[in-house]
Amino acid sequence: MKHRERRLNRWDMALVILVLAAALAGFLLELTWTGQGASLQITVDGEVFGTYQLDKDQTIDIGGGNRCRIEDGAAWMEWADCPDQLCVRHTHISRANETVVCLPNRVTLTVLGGEDGEVDTIVS
Amino acid sequence: MQSIGKRAAMLGVFSGGAILLGYVESLIPVLFFVPGMKLGLANLAVVLALYYFGPGDAAVIQLVRISVVGFLFGNLFSIAFSLAGGFFSLAVMCLAKRYGRFTVYGVSTAGGVSHNIAQICVAAVLVENVKIVYYLPVLLLSGLATGLLIGLAGDETMRRLGAPPKFYDAVSNQ
Repeated sequence: MKHRERRLNRWDMALVILVLAAALAGFLLELTWTGQGASLQITVDGEVFGTYQLDKDQTIDIGGGNRCRIEDGAAWMEWADCPDQLCVRHTHISRANETVVCLPNRVTLTVLGGEDGEVDTIVS
Repeated sequence: MQSIGKRAAMLGVFSGGAILLGYVESLIPVLFFVPGMKLGLANLAVVLALYYFGPGDAAVIQLVRISVVGFLFGNLFSIAFSLAGGFFSLAVMCLAKRYGRFTVYGVSTAGGVSHNIAQICVAAVLVENVKIVYYLPVLLLSGLATGLLIGLAGDETMRRLGAPPKFYDAVSNQ
Protein backbone atom coordinates (compact mmCIF):
# COMPACT_ATOMS: atom_id res chain seq x y z
CA MET A 1 0.00 0.00 0.00
CA LYS A 2 1.21 3.43 -0.91
CA HIS A 3 1.50 5.72 2.05
CA ARG A 4 -1.52 8.02 2.09
CA GLU A 5 -0.41 11.61 2.17
CA ARG A 6 -2.21 14.14 4.30
CA ARG A 7 -4.31 16.38 2.14
CA LEU A 8 -5.45 18.87 4.75
CA ASN A 9 -2.77 20.89 6.53
CA ARG A 10 -2.96 22.42 10.01
CA TRP A 11 -4.64 25.60 8.79
CA ASP A 12 -7.36 23.58 7.05
CA MET A 13 -7.96 21.45 10.15
CA ALA A 14 -8.09 24.56 12.35
CA LEU A 15 -10.73 26.07 10.04
CA VAL A 16 -12.80 22.86 10.03
CA ILE A 17 -12.69 22.67 13.84
CA LEU A 18 -13.55 26.36 14.15
CA VAL A 19 -16.63 26.00 11.92
CA LEU A 20 -17.72 22.82 13.73
CA ALA A 21 -17.35 24.57 17.09
CA ALA A 22 -19.32 27.60 15.88
CA ALA A 23 -22.12 25.38 14.56
CA LEU A 24 -22.21 23.37 17.80
CA ALA A 25 -22.33 26.55 19.88
CA GLY A 26 -25.16 27.77 17.65
CA PHE A 27 -27.14 24.57 18.10
CA LEU A 28 -26.66 24.67 21.89
CA LEU A 29 -27.72 28.32 21.95
CA GLU A 30 -30.86 27.43 19.99
CA LEU A 31 -31.69 24.63 22.44
CA THR A 32 -31.94 27.21 25.21
CA TRP A 33 -33.80 29.48 22.81
CA THR A 34 -36.57 27.17 21.71
CA GLY A 35 -39.40 26.31 24.01
CA GLN A 36 -42.94 25.23 23.41
CA GLY A 37 -44.51 27.54 20.86
CA ALA A 38 -47.67 29.42 21.74
CA SER A 39 -48.48 31.60 18.74
CA LEU A 40 -47.48 32.28 15.18
CA GLN A 41 -46.40 35.71 13.98
CA ILE A 42 -46.62 36.48 10.28
CA THR A 43 -44.64 39.36 8.81
CA VAL A 44 -44.81 40.85 5.31
CA ASP A 45 -42.02 43.23 4.21
CA GLY A 46 -40.86 43.35 7.84
CA GLU A 47 -44.26 44.59 9.06
CA VAL A 48 -46.27 42.39 11.42
CA PHE A 49 -49.20 41.06 9.41
CA GLY A 50 -50.84 39.23 12.28
CA THR A 51 -50.34 36.97 15.29
CA TYR A 52 -52.36 33.78 15.61
CA GLN A 53 -52.81 31.22 18.39
CA LEU A 54 -51.26 27.86 17.53
CA ASP A 55 -53.89 25.90 19.47
CA LYS A 56 -56.67 27.15 17.18
CA ASP A 57 -56.86 25.38 13.81
CA GLN A 58 -57.16 27.94 11.03
CA THR A 59 -56.17 28.90 7.50
CA ILE A 60 -54.73 32.37 6.92
CA ASP A 61 -54.54 34.11 3.55
CA ILE A 62 -51.47 36.33 3.44
CA GLY A 63 -52.04 39.04 0.85
CA GLY A 64 -53.01 36.73 -2.02
CA GLY A 65 -49.49 35.34 -2.57
CA ASN A 66 -49.31 32.90 0.32
CA ARG A 67 -51.65 30.76 2.39
CA CYS A 68 -50.69 29.48 5.83
CA ARG A 69 -52.33 26.63 7.74
CA ILE A 70 -52.32 26.08 11.49
CA GLU A 71 -53.38 22.65 12.70
CA ASP A 72 -52.66 20.59 15.84
CA GLY A 73 -50.26 23.18 17.24
CA ALA A 74 -48.08 23.31 14.12
CA ALA A 75 -47.97 25.81 11.27
CA TRP A 76 -46.88 25.53 7.67
CA MET A 77 -47.15 27.32 4.35
CA GLU A 78 -49.90 25.56 2.48
CA TRP A 79 -49.60 27.42 -0.80
CA ALA A 80 -47.42 30.11 -2.38
CA ASP A 81 -47.45 31.68 -5.83
CA CYS A 82 -43.65 31.84 -6.09
CA PRO A 83 -41.72 29.57 -8.48
CA ASP A 84 -39.28 27.93 -6.04
CA GLN A 85 -41.87 26.66 -3.49
CA LEU A 86 -39.17 26.40 -0.82
CA CYS A 87 -41.49 27.66 1.91
CA VAL A 88 -44.22 25.19 0.96
CA ARG A 89 -41.83 22.23 1.21
CA HIS A 90 -40.39 23.43 4.50
CA THR A 91 -41.10 21.18 7.48
CA HIS A 92 -43.95 22.17 9.78
CA ILE A 93 -42.95 24.49 12.63
CA SER A 94 -44.17 24.39 16.23
CA ARG A 95 -41.22 25.29 18.51
CA ALA A 96 -40.51 28.88 19.58
CA ASN A 97 -38.30 30.85 17.15
CA GLU A 98 -38.67 28.36 14.31
CA THR A 99 -39.14 30.29 11.09
CA VAL A 100 -40.39 29.66 7.57
CA VAL A 101 -39.37 32.22 4.96
CA CYS A 102 -40.88 32.94 1.56
CA LEU A 103 -38.13 35.14 0.16
CA PRO A 104 -39.75 36.12 -3.18
CA ASN A 105 -42.84 37.48 -1.40
CA ARG A 106 -40.85 38.60 1.67
CA VAL A 107 -43.19 36.74 3.98
CA THR A 108 -42.03 35.08 7.20
CA LEU A 109 -43.80 32.80 9.66
CA THR A 110 -42.21 32.79 13.12
CA VAL A 111 -43.36 30.81 16.15
CA LEU A 112 -43.41 32.84 19.35
CA GLY A 113 -42.97 31.25 22.77
CA GLY A 114 -45.55 31.36 25.54
CA GLU A 115 -43.52 33.72 27.73
CA ASP A 116 -43.16 36.34 25.01
CA GLY A 117 -45.99 38.25 26.71
CA GLU A 118 -48.11 40.55 24.56
CA VAL A 119 -49.62 37.84 22.42
CA ASP A 120 -52.71 39.19 20.80
CA THR A 121 -54.93 37.50 18.33
CA ILE A 122 -55.45 39.91 15.52
CA VAL A 123 -58.24 39.08 13.14
CA SER A 124 -57.72 40.85 9.85
CA MET B 1 -1.01 33.80 -20.39
CA GLN B 2 0.55 36.18 -22.88
CA SER B 3 -1.94 36.11 -25.72
CA ILE B 4 -5.30 37.80 -25.31
CA GLY B 5 -6.87 35.14 -27.49
CA LYS B 6 -5.67 32.29 -25.28
CA ARG B 7 -6.80 34.10 -22.16
CA ALA B 8 -10.24 34.76 -23.66
CA ALA B 9 -10.50 31.13 -24.73
CA MET B 10 -9.55 29.78 -21.29
CA LEU B 11 -11.94 32.14 -19.51
CA GLY B 12 -14.65 30.99 -21.93
CA VAL B 13 -13.94 27.33 -21.18
CA PHE B 14 -14.07 27.95 -17.43
CA SER B 15 -17.21 30.09 -17.65
CA GLY B 16 -18.84 27.39 -19.76
CA GLY B 17 -17.84 24.78 -17.19
CA ALA B 18 -19.25 26.91 -14.38
CA ILE B 19 -22.56 27.41 -16.22
CA LEU B 20 -22.78 23.69 -16.99
CA LEU B 21 -22.16 22.84 -13.32
CA GLY B 22 -24.87 25.35 -12.40
CA TYR B 23 -27.26 23.56 -14.77
CA VAL B 24 -26.37 20.14 -13.33
CA GLU B 25 -27.05 21.52 -9.86
CA SER B 26 -30.44 22.89 -10.93
CA LEU B 27 -31.38 19.30 -11.90
CA ILE B 28 -30.71 18.02 -8.37
CA PRO B 29 -33.92 18.31 -6.37
CA VAL B 30 -33.77 20.33 -3.15
CA LEU B 31 -33.18 17.77 -0.42
CA PHE B 32 -33.05 19.99 2.63
CA PHE B 33 -35.74 22.56 3.00
CA VAL B 34 -33.55 25.23 4.42
CA PRO B 35 -33.15 28.36 2.30
CA GLY B 36 -29.67 28.62 0.85
CA MET B 37 -28.69 25.02 1.41
CA LYS B 38 -27.22 23.70 -1.81
CA LEU B 39 -24.22 21.90 -3.22
CA GLY B 40 -22.48 24.89 -4.83
CA LEU B 41 -21.04 22.75 -7.63
CA ALA B 42 -20.37 25.83 -9.77
CA ASN B 43 -17.96 27.02 -7.11
CA LEU B 44 -15.57 24.30 -8.35
CA ALA B 45 -14.98 26.25 -11.58
CA VAL B 46 -14.46 29.47 -9.60
CA VAL B 47 -12.00 27.82 -7.18
CA LEU B 48 -10.02 26.36 -10.10
CA ALA B 49 -10.03 29.72 -11.89
CA LEU B 50 -8.73 31.36 -8.71
CA TYR B 51 -5.81 28.91 -8.60
CA TYR B 52 -5.04 28.91 -12.33
CA PHE B 53 -5.71 32.51 -13.35
CA GLY B 54 -5.95 34.61 -10.17
CA PRO B 55 -8.64 36.72 -8.43
CA GLY B 56 -9.49 39.07 -11.34
CA ASP B 57 -10.29 36.33 -13.82
CA ALA B 58 -12.12 34.31 -11.15
CA ALA B 59 -14.32 37.37 -10.52
CA VAL B 60 -15.10 37.68 -14.25
CA ILE B 61 -16.09 34.00 -14.40
CA GLN B 62 -18.19 34.37 -11.26
CA LEU B 63 -20.05 37.36 -12.77
CA VAL B 64 -20.65 35.63 -16.12
CA ARG B 65 -21.78 32.45 -14.38
CA ILE B 66 -24.26 34.17 -12.06
CA SER B 67 -25.75 36.32 -14.84
CA VAL B 68 -26.15 33.46 -17.33
CA VAL B 69 -27.43 30.86 -14.85
CA GLY B 70 -29.68 33.51 -13.29
CA PHE B 71 -31.29 34.50 -16.58
CA LEU B 72 -31.63 30.86 -17.71
CA PHE B 73 -32.94 29.25 -14.54
CA GLY B 74 -33.76 32.04 -12.12
CA ASN B 75 -34.98 35.61 -11.97
CA LEU B 76 -33.59 39.05 -11.13
CA PHE B 77 -34.27 38.35 -7.49
CA SER B 78 -32.20 35.16 -7.41
CA ILE B 79 -29.43 36.92 -9.38
CA ALA B 80 -29.11 39.64 -6.74
CA PHE B 81 -29.14 36.95 -4.07
CA SER B 82 -26.44 34.91 -5.80
CA LEU B 83 -24.28 37.97 -6.43
CA ALA B 84 -24.15 38.74 -2.71
CA GLY B 85 -23.14 35.20 -1.75
CA GLY B 86 -20.91 34.66 -4.77
CA PHE B 87 -18.80 37.76 -4.46
CA PHE B 88 -18.50 37.70 -0.68
CA SER B 89 -17.30 34.09 -0.81
CA LEU B 90 -14.90 34.88 -3.67
CA ALA B 91 -13.42 37.77 -1.67
CA VAL B 92 -12.99 35.52 1.37
CA MET B 93 -11.39 32.80 -0.76
CA CYS B 94 -8.95 35.33 -2.29
CA LEU B 95 -7.95 36.54 1.19
CA ALA B 96 -7.64 32.97 2.51
CA LYS B 97 -5.45 31.98 -0.43
CA ARG B 98 -3.34 35.14 -0.32
CA TYR B 99 -2.80 35.56 3.42
CA GLY B 100 -3.45 32.10 4.89
CA ARG B 101 -1.48 28.88 4.50
CA PHE B 102 -4.59 26.96 3.52
CA THR B 103 -4.65 24.24 0.89
CA VAL B 104 -7.43 24.20 -1.70
CA TYR B 105 -9.56 22.36 0.90
CA GLY B 106 -9.32 25.23 3.38
CA VAL B 107 -9.83 27.90 0.72
CA SER B 108 -12.92 26.17 -0.66
CA THR B 109 -14.32 25.57 2.84
CA ALA B 110 -13.85 29.24 3.72
CA GLY B 111 -15.72 30.04 0.48
CA GLY B 112 -18.62 27.66 1.18
CA VAL B 113 -19.12 28.83 4.76
CA SER B 114 -18.83 32.55 3.93
CA HIS B 115 -21.24 32.11 0.99
CA ASN B 116 -23.89 30.79 3.36
CA ILE B 117 -23.24 33.47 5.98
CA ALA B 118 -23.60 36.21 3.34
CA GLN B 119 -26.83 34.76 1.98
CA ILE B 120 -28.50 34.41 5.38
CA CYS B 121 -27.57 38.05 6.12
CA VAL B 122 -29.06 39.23 2.82
CA ALA B 123 -32.18 37.15 3.47
CA ALA B 124 -32.54 38.60 6.99
CA VAL B 125 -32.34 42.14 5.56
CA LEU B 126 -34.80 41.35 2.75
CA VAL B 127 -37.52 39.94 4.97
CA GLU B 128 -36.56 42.23 7.86
CA ASN B 129 -36.73 39.32 10.29
CA VAL B 130 -33.52 38.65 12.22
CA LYS B 131 -34.89 35.36 13.50
CA ILE B 132 -33.87 33.52 10.36
CA VAL B 133 -30.33 33.40 11.78
CA TYR B 134 -31.96 30.33 13.32
CA TYR B 135 -30.75 28.57 10.16
CA LEU B 136 -27.13 29.63 10.61
CA PRO B 137 -25.77 26.54 12.44
CA VAL B 138 -27.26 24.20 9.83
CA LEU B 139 -25.92 26.40 7.04
CA LEU B 140 -22.46 26.48 8.67
CA LEU B 141 -22.37 22.68 8.62
CA SER B 142 -23.64 22.46 5.05
CA GLY B 143 -21.11 25.09 3.94
CA LEU B 144 -18.38 23.06 5.64
CA ALA B 145 -19.46 19.80 3.99
CA THR B 146 -19.88 21.24 0.48
CA GLY B 147 -16.67 23.29 0.86
CA LEU B 148 -14.64 20.16 1.67
CA LEU B 149 -16.33 18.29 -1.19
CA ILE B 150 -15.55 21.05 -3.70
CA GLY B 151 -12.01 21.19 -2.26
CA LEU B 152 -11.61 17.46 -2.92
CA ALA B 153 -12.92 17.85 -6.48
CA GLY B 154 -10.61 20.85 -7.05
CA ASP B 155 -7.61 18.98 -5.61
CA GLU B 156 -8.24 15.94 -7.81
CA THR B 157 -8.73 18.14 -10.88
CA MET B 158 -5.46 19.98 -10.27
CA ARG B 159 -3.62 16.69 -9.75
CA ARG B 160 -4.80 15.59 -13.18
CA LEU B 161 -4.45 18.87 -15.09
CA GLY B 162 -1.17 19.69 -13.36
CA ALA B 163 -0.38 22.17 -10.63
CA PRO B 164 -1.13 25.81 -11.52
CA PRO B 165 2.37 26.80 -12.84
CA LYS B 166 2.70 23.62 -14.92
CA PHE B 167 -0.77 23.97 -16.36
CA TYR B 168 -0.12 27.64 -17.07
CA ASP B 169 3.04 26.81 -19.08
CA ALA B 170 1.37 23.96 -20.93
CA VAL B 171 -1.44 26.24 -22.08
CA SER B 172 0.83 29.19 -22.89
CA ASN B 173 3.31 27.22 -24.97
CA GLN B 174 0.88 25.40 -27.17
